[in-house]
Amino acid sequence: MPAELQPAPATAAGTASLSPPPGAARTHARVRAGRSGLGLGVATLYLSLIVLIPLAAVVVKAFSSGLGTLWSSIDNTLVLRALAITLGASLLVAAIGAVMGTLVAWVLVRDRFPGQRIVNALIDLPFALPTIVAGLTLIALYGPNSPVGIHLAYTRGAVIVALLFVTLPFVVRSVQPVLIELDREVEEAAASLGAANATTFRRVVLPALRPSVLSGAALAFARSVGEFGSLALIAGKVQIASIVIYADIESGSEQSAAALSAVLMLLSLVVLFLIRRFGGRVGR
Amino acid sequence: MVVSRRATLSLRAVALLYLALLLLLPVGVVFWRTFEHGIATAWSFMTTPAAISALWLSILIAVIAVPLNTIFGVGAALVLARGNSRGKAILDALIDLPFVVSPVIVGLALLLVYGQGGWFGSLFLNNGIRIIYAVPGMVIATVFVSLPFVVREVTPVLREVGDEQEQAAATLGASSWQTFWRVTLPTIRWGVAYGVVLTTARALGEIGAVIVVSSNVAGSTLTLPLLVYQRDSQIGGQVTTSVYAAATELAVISIAVLLVMTLFGRRKDRQ
Repeated sequence: MPAELQPAPATAAGTASLSPPPGAARTHARVRAGRSGLGLGVATLYLSLIVLIPLAAVVVKAFSSGLGTLWSSIDNTLVLRALAITLGASLLVAAIGAVMGTLVAWVLVRDRFPGQRIVNALIDLPFALPTIVAGLTLIALYGPNSPVGIHLAYTRGAVIVALLFVTLPFVVRSVQPVLIELDREVEEAAASLGAANATTFRRVVLPALRPSVLSGAALAFARSVGEFGSLALIAGKVQIASIVIYADIESGSEQSAAALSAVLMLLSLVVLFLIRRFGGRVGR
Repeated sequence: MVVSRRATLSLRAVALLYLALLLLLPVGVVFWRTFEHGIATAWSFMTTPAAISALWLSILIAVIAVPLNTIFGVGAALVLARGNSRGKAILDALIDLPFVVSPVIVGLALLLVYGQGGWFGSLFLNNGIRIIYAVPGMVIATVFVSLPFVVREVTPVLREVGDEQEQAAATLGASSWQTFWRVTLPTIRWGVAYGVVLTTARALGEIGAVIVVSSNVAGSTLTLPLLVYQRDSQIGGQVTTSVYAAATELAVISIAVLLVMTLFGRRKDRQ
């Protein structure tokens, strides 16, 4: 143990105890509270400068010409179409992701096969691979020069595949730990009481997994709604919200970009709130 | 639940087939397209001045953004796990914002604050500091999108280990600085490392937020992902080998990241 960490000599004569003098704990707590207040201040300042003030600028811009203008820039066919397509694609991706993600998590936890650890590591590939590369891979595979003869690029199908790619880890990584911790005795009890596998899964396993499946799917949904990188190359004429926003920015119409952004942000906030309210954590 | 051999095998087949079709096949095709005209051709595309400067810019941005978010992340995690201020809950909720806001909106937001006619735009421009359509804006955009990773990795670790050891150190006369370096940091190091890897991966790969605030000029404000995106390098939907070469470069980096991630993730879980 380093010298500085040696206990301070006991002050009261005859006390062999190492406990601090009475009152020290309280002073210590007060010092910590002050310091944590300072830390909170610095953290909030950093967050405000980088995140909050810029996002506020978007909201202010959206409302800058009054509610009427905001509404009229949202209420036009192009924007409403973009919102409908984006939400539809995101819901579909969340649903497929929930089913396939749970299946993959199940195989990774309950099955044993050679190369399993490599497969397990591969799940994180979409988090590590830049999204633009993910989009390019789909062009390479389904584009004009497709080696498999499937021309999916620039269609809604390609958008769905790209979103499934980038959101793959969310459900798998949210279900996996829950499945590992799951008490298998309950399943055995169900089986010994005569329940078939399907019944055991539906009545015992699924209820235990439901929160993690839902929060993983919600994260996948939130990510899909805002996704840009993997769609930038392959969306073609499919009007995805983030791509419409980018086109608006490029053509200098910041007002309409901000209006659509405000709607998307509201949506993200709702999803964020739901995830926090019903368990699960954002991220991993 | 005892699943029959047949069911096990078919579940395994479905899962592996899904992963192969979704992950391996597309990435494999990019590698193949990169090297179909030989390794020498691919290498010559990876070493063009534009490609090298893009690689360096990507690295430069990551080198600035990652330490900033690591320091903020550890500090914020300490506040969230150890602090008892009332504002904590709000900070906790707001930190996740960069994960749910579309990257393009991040770019727009920075444009509206630091761009010409933006809130602080003239303040910087009058002093000769260009933020938008220049590297500083790209750095801020990257810091924004990669902000929550370290916080979100470290906070649960801090909560789990509790503060008994830190209190013991304090009781034994250690200053809070000593306690942090000798007790807290060694405990959370794998969590921090894992968060840093995730932050780096995101910083190197970010495009949506960066593309809005970059002038997209090769040699000055083009990162590797932007080089892949650049429209004029794709003629009529036909992607050229140079684009595949840049993508392969990014893919190789991300596979390295993935390896480190797996390694750190395992260490972290073992702790």
